[in-house]
Amino acid sequence: MSGWRLSSGGGIDRARPLSFTFDGQPLTGFEGDTLASALLASGPRILGRSFKYHRPRGLWGMGGEEPNAILDVTHEGKTTPNVRATQMALQGGMALASVNAAPDAARDRFGLMDLAHRFIPAGFYYKTFMALGWMRWEPMIRRMAGLGRVDPAHHPAADVVPMNARCDLLVIGAGPAGLAAAKAAAGQGRAVWLVDEAGGGVGGALRWRGGTIDGGDWRDFASETVRAVETAGGRVMSNTTLWGAFDHGLFTAWQRSGDTPDRHWRIRAAQVVLAAGAIERPLWFANNDLPGVMSAEAALHYLRLYGAVAGRNILLATGNDASYPVAAALAEAGARVTLADARGHGPAAPEGVELLRRAILTKAKGTREVGGAVVEGGHVDADTVLVSGGYTPSVHLWCQAGGKLDWNAEVDALVPRPESCEMAVAGAANGAFGLQAALDQGHRAGGGSGVAPRAAAAGDWGLMPMRPDPTLRGRTWLDPQNDVTLKDVKIAAQEGYRSVEHLKRYTTLGMATDQGRSANFAGLAAMSAITGLSIPETGTTTYRPPFTPVPLKTIAGPRRGELFNPVKRLALEPLHRDHDARFREYGGWLRPSVYGDGDETTLAQAEAKAARDAVGLYDASPLGKIEVIGPGAAELLDFCGYVRMSTLKPGRARYGFMLSETGIVHDDGVVFRLAEDRFIVSASSSHVSSVRMILEEARQDRFDPSQSFIHDVTANWVTITLTGPQAGDLAHAAGVPDRLLALPHMGVVETMWNGHPARVARVSFTGDLSYEISVPARHGPDLHDRLEAVRRADKGRWIGLEAVMILRAEKGFILVGKDTDGVTMPHDLGWGGPRDKRKDEYFGRRALFTSEARRTDRRQLVGLITDGPDPLPVGAHLLAEDGPRRSLGFVTSSHVSPTLNRPIALALLEAGQNRMGEQLIAFHLGAEQPVRVAPACALDPEGGRLNG
Amino acid sequence: MQLFTCPFCGPREEGEFHFAAEAGKARPEPAEEVRDADWADYLYMNDAPKGTAREVWVHVTCGEFFVMTRNTVTRDIVDIEALPGRTA
Repeated sequence: MSGWRLSSGGGIDRARPLSFTFDGQPLTGFEGDTLASALLASGPRILGRSFKYHRPRGLWGMGGEEPNAILDVTHEGKTTPNVRATQMALQGGMALASVNAAPDAARDRFGLMDLAHRFIPAGFYYKTFMALGWMRWEPMIRRMAGLGRVDPAHHPAADVVPMNARCDLLVIGAGPAGLAAAKAAAGQGRAVWLVDEAGGGVGGALRWRGGTIDGGDWRDFASETVRAVETAGGRVMSNTTLWGAFDHGLFTAWQRSGDTPDRHWRIRAAQVVLAAGAIERPLWFANNDLPGVMSAEAALHYLRLYGAVAGRNILLATGNDASYPVAAALAEAGARVTLADARGHGPAAPEGVELLRRAILTKAKGTREVGGAVVEGGHVDADTVLVSGGYTPSVHLWCQAGGKLDWNAEVDALVPRPESCEMAVAGAANGAFGLQAALDQGHRAGGGSGVAPRAAAAGDWGLMPMRPDPTLRGRTWLDPQNDVTLKDVKIAAQEGYRSVEHLKRYTTLGMATDQGRSANFAGLAAMSAITGLSIPETGTTTYRPPFTPVPLKTIAGPRRGELFNPVKRLALEPLHRDHDARFREYGGWLRPSVYGDGDETTLAQAEAKAARDAVGLYDASPLGKIEVIGPGAAELLDFCGYVRMSTLKPGRARYGFMLSETGIVHDDGVVFRLAEDRFIVSASSSHVSSVRMILEEARQDRFDPSQSFIHDVTANWVTITLTGPQAGDLAHAAGVPDRLLALPHMGVVETMWNGHPARVARVSFTGDLSYEISVPARHGPDLHDRLEAVRRADKGRWIGLEAVMILRAEKGFILVGKDTDGVTMPHDLGWGGPRDKRKDEYFGRRALFTSEARRTDRRQLVGLITDGPDPLPVGAHLLAEDGPRRSLGFVTSSHVSPTLNRPIALALLEAGQNRMGEQLIAFHLGAEQPVRVAPACALDPEGGRLNG
Repeated sequence: MQLFTCPFCGPREEGEFHFAAEAGKARPEPAEEVRDADWADYLYMNDAPKGTAREVWVHVTCGEFFVMTRNTVTRDIVDIEALPGRTA
């Protein structure tokens, strides 16, 4: 309980207090606070527990680098898990809860884990739990370790708006370097997008460190820049995380907004300037993970922006000049400040600050939070320890985009290697820590000529490299969220995990949700100290998106639920709904499964029976209609198809297959020849696009493309099929001219009917007399109405796809992909004719004559007859009655036939054609059932029903 | 997300394209004269080079096939051309 609030200052509105709770404790913040600043100012220090040892954890940083202050936030009844307290604005009525702690952060019962730390170092899980079977231990470990809890009742709205944008210049980071780049580019009339992760406006570190630019306050410079950017047609976006750099210059950004839904941007820019700044490193001393140990830069941030002071009695340990203004500001605010500088030389002591030189902090005292410290062997009284171990440039996006890094000893950091990446980099992200250097680099990166904006003081600072000390006594944390200590790195090195990528995976260093923002450098430096290799030799781990955790709902946007993989819908869907159709997805189309109320199986049986006894009507619109037109059309179809179509007469239809080049059946269907130079390929509804592509590839890559044209008109037509002995009567009653009804089987005619084009075809997927009537989609309702007007009088019934499946299975008609698999060839289906007779080249031909294709024990399509009333399970394997128990094949389709009054089934069976009448066993999930092999066609094998 | 330039439509995102084949592979025929091994070679054996690759792609949206030369390591697009004998 050491943080406190100044009575004035900062960007908060003290007239508007906001009540909230943390782990049930009522607290008050102000309008303008983040969760972190409100918690810091109101006192609670233990904000969570660490992943493994359940050690108390407090606030460390000020942005996306925060490893500890991760909270479940409940607001207006909805819980958002794992929110970084530094990145969410406080709202009245929020209930904040610590994560990985039970019952709460202050009294966590798993805190005892810490006593066992000696026994659970790095690699402990791998060594211990594998031996006894990880599955036994996993549930227990998961209960003890983890972050926030997902509220299963809360389904976040699919409200994130996906946005695509292009700009001339994308500037990532709106600190001094980013502002200078944006200003220079906007001044030349370029459209600049200036994006910054922080809320609360542009400026970066200027917002808390202040500065004078071009003779005025930095705020004037910033607002001039914003104005210039907006005037030139650009945008300035704060609260926007640029989270990923992808191929060919694609950048993704998550824009947060309080009141309106968030946006997810995909930005392509002609040029990119990375000005993402730098992140302060911690220091490494015993118990450096205690709540109350905090980044010095963050302390200044909270002081200046929120009037929140980290403590009353502060020890600031540092090795660089940048901490001196922090000490000065805290002393001025009224805290007692001791500044321990590891160096012998440095700036003069700020007013009111006790300065210790050559003073190295070796230990923080306290059990639950900081209660003192040891500097150079002597006790220092303190309730808060601020630290600065130098700064690490934020090079994540540079590396994501493929950029390389070089070691720069002067700034003690890995910095972008010039020209190793297409983007430009400026300011602290480039290791230029001084204000003037940032402005210079930004100005140049933005294409500015002449003199860059001038800072009043250069702002350069001296620093001394700070490193973890492997000889130090006590436990020193490198990664506070994942509980990786200096000792764990030693163990990893001892056990041979010396590559940084191995170190990371063995110890989990840098694998927490902060992705090692503050931890990775220390791990690298520690490994380098242990192995004696330099830091550049030790290398870094790979940087991958996202830069900061991004909610999946942001990336998914509206592509969820119905919109995840949208179904295709029938033009007549509303009319089917009027008939009480029940809908299901078939091959990407939403189609009626059955009509009416009741059990689906029973309804399908009744519908199939009605279609056999009288007439059934079904919507066949999804059936593919690919027009192939032109003098080269017949030749193209001959090559692409297994069955020749050039010998087809106009006005006639022929059933055929399309193979893949591997000889496997890719699709089947009827081809209509409407004229010498005009065909329609009725591909299966789910294969339309792939069939079109096979045709296109041959047309363009084999034939003269000017001789044919391919046009998918599936969606342009509505097709209703009438099937059953009374199909002709119903069509006649509906006014279909008798000359059309007189078509022979496999005949097709195009005509005008009722003032609009229509196509009538006599093809049958059911084995019964069938008429397919197609009209342009806009006339679909008219066709429906004419048929519906006479349907009842003619005992017609709408039938769904479930009934159609029964009707076609009774006839042994296949569905490619259901009754065929990835090795089925046309001769396996009884269609060996073209293979034997065709002498010309066609798609897939050669593959039909490999030794595999010639085998006599290939699986062939057969029917199965079973005793008893129940249909066989689809997928049941077929076994010989005696002999070795191996699968001879499997059931592909299975129904009860209401016409035959018995179960029917189709199967792929090894040498099936030679097994007619043979008794086999159908084996499924341990149950066995005798079956007899029969021809695939179970109903009307003579085809007498085709003519009604 | 890579950007490919369809010779007929202009630059589009890679999701609009499908790979079709490695360029320059001739279909062995007539079938009677092709050995099993050569046919298998044609179907399954791709060079999949590390570095510059010449490939046939299709812009699914417009249905046009074209030849693209790209670097499989750097993802640079080196060249894009219509199929031989075709003009964009």
